[in-house]
Amino acid sequence: MSVVPVVLEWVEATSISTHIRESIWTYPVIESIHVLGLGLFLGLTMVMDLRLIGVVLRNTPVGDVMGRLLPWIRWGGALMAVTGVLLTIATPVSFAANPFFAAKLGLLALAGVNVWIFHTTLGPSVGTWGIHALPPLWARRAGATSLVLWVSIAVAGRLIAYNWFQ
Amino acid sequence: MTVFEFFNWCHETAIAVAIRESLWLFPALQALHLVALAALGGAVLVVDLRLLGLGLKGVPVKTLARDMSPWMTRSLVLIIVTGVGMFVSESLRYYGNAAFTAKMAAFVVALAFTYGIRRRWTSADVTGSGGRVVGATSILLWTAVAGAGRAVGFW
Repeated sequence: MSVVPVVLEWVEATSISTHIRESIWTYPVIESIHVLGLGLFLGLTMVMDLRLIGVVLRNTPVGDVMGRLLPWIRWGGALMAVTGVLLTIATPVSFAANPFFAAKLGLLALAGVNVWIFHTTLGPSVGTWGIHALPPLWARRAGATSLVLWVSIAVAGRLIAYNWFQ
Repeated sequence: MTVFEFFNWCHETAIAVAIRESLWLFPALQALHLVALAALGGAVLVVDLRLLGLGLKGVPVKTLARDMSPWMTRSLVLIIVTGVGMFVSESLRYYGNAAFTAKMAAFVVALAFTYGIRRRWTSADVTGSGGRVVGATSILLWTAVAGAGRAVGFW
């Protein structure tokens, strides 16, 4: 028997997992907070990405938009991560076998790499290129990449509810 | 026509039948509805945070609201189109669903508040305590709509 299924079954047998799964209220409440967190996290990320692409808030420098919105985006991301982990803990065995869950994790890793690349390459010079209503092509591409990745993550997340392939 | 007859009529429309009979149409509508929820959340929240004296403090409320307005409207159109699609396909399931009734009531109030009171305040560029009340009310109303909306599926 390999290690992964053993770990997943052990997680599923813990009291926190059992409680979230079996209580009438806990799972729906966590899921609702996850959706509200999406409105905050993805909503403000979209505003930031649309500014990078040059379609909204064109008169506000990209650096100002990021500086003001990123703290809120981080709070939203933390809320999504905590509730997301709790939802995963509730039914780890079926999630592990769900291709949409696997896709979501893969896309999350890509989105993480994208954030890291942005903040190590384009981020530090945002004060220079970010003042233009229409940012340079590579900055617009970074915004579009982020937008596509995060929207795909939300779509994959919604589809976890369907186990067409099992 | 009673409410039940209307729900029943929706249930038998060609589009409702097509969505019901398709494996992937309903999930696709759900996914689009969720993406539109996020887009609406962003367009509304960025202005509400500003009304509360948070977020994009350097931008006037009026400018921010005017800039985000087309995105708010587009998100709402997508939310309504996908929402109507999901509703008609399962309308008989939503008949007597208290979460659905609550969601629709909250949605009507939130829409009226957003395009009535909130728009008047943002176009007058009002900040201070009045702006904070408008921003907080807006966040509470849309949170209620989304919360009740999620509950529709649990009913």
